Amino acid sequence: MKIGVVTFPGTLDDRDAQRAVRIAGGEVVSLWHADANLHAVDAVVLPGGFSFGDYLRCGAIAAQAPVMESIIDAANGGMPVLGICNGFQVLVESHLLPGGLIRNEHQHFICRDQKLIVEDVDTPWTNGFKLGQEITIPLKNGEGGYIADADTLKRLEGDGLIAFRYSEVNPNGSVNNIAGLRNERGNVVGLMPHPEHAVEPGFGPDTPSAMRSGIDGLTFFTSVLSQVVNS
Amino acid sequence: MPKIIVEVMPKADLLDPAGKAVANSLQRKGHAEISNVRIGKRIELHYVNTPTEADIAAAKQIAADFLSNGVIEDVVNVIVEN
Repeated sequence: MKIGVVTFPGTLDDRDAQRAVRIAGGEVVSLWHADANLHAVDAVVLPGGFSFGDYLRCGAIAAQAPVMESIIDAANGGMPVLGICNGFQVLVESHLLPGGLIRNEHQHFICRDQKLIVEDVDTPWTNGFKLGQEITIPLKNGEGGYIADADTLKRLEGDGLIAFRYSEVNPNGSVNNIAGLRNERGNVVGLMPHPEHAVEPGFGPDTPSAMRSGIDGLTFFTSVLSQVVNS
Repeated sequence: MPKIIVEVMPKADLLDPAGKAVANSLQRKGHAEISNVRIGKRIELHYVNTPTEADIAAAKQIAADFLSNGVIEDVVNVIVEN
């Protein structure tokens, strides 16, 4: 059960993503942007951060990295890929997910514990959730406003490709409250919030039962591990 | 040095927060004559020799595929400057 976690220059949350995989019971393989070899991993996480300094556009230069050629091939072959925040931007720039991410509508960087509604549980990254479940996941971004043209939005809504929606507050002006997407096959999932920051009691978002006890993010990683075991 | 200059702008119907911030600042400075500001990018590709037709075609392709994202931006100009 090897999960690859990619590090680009400027990646910030690779260690947190690695830790999340380990806490969920998986084996971590560090993947380096300049190495096209995926080292026989069963799934890949593209973590958050500011790859290549967000130059040109967030995720645009990372999308051209040697490791991404292999990941795009593997994703098209069905390998589970999760993009978190900057990783979601890389997936969009790689055309593995449609649409684009622009500067937050209110122009401020935002950091908050964000409520989400799980809109799809038929992916390797979300199968441990219940449909319609409300979860709390930390969100921190400057360019998280999701946009797509009218035809794409219609397709996303009609084909059930919206994986997560913001609940209660739309933190960045994303259209239709879109927080995360899946591809048609379901193996590729991207979202702006950071599940790897909600995997261990004492270090997650507050819950009614105790401060910092939220571990809703762990389900992303246990979901994929159960999927990989069963396949 | 011969150059190909690529100009990229955020799509017209898209909110441009950076442009809006500059426009608000200009309003505060009393420039009521300026109704809006939009901010894009100018990217210079430098060439050793005068770009050939093939170079120009390649630059246009690079502009469309990599220097801009068609979902959020438009390439408004590709200019050859010798």
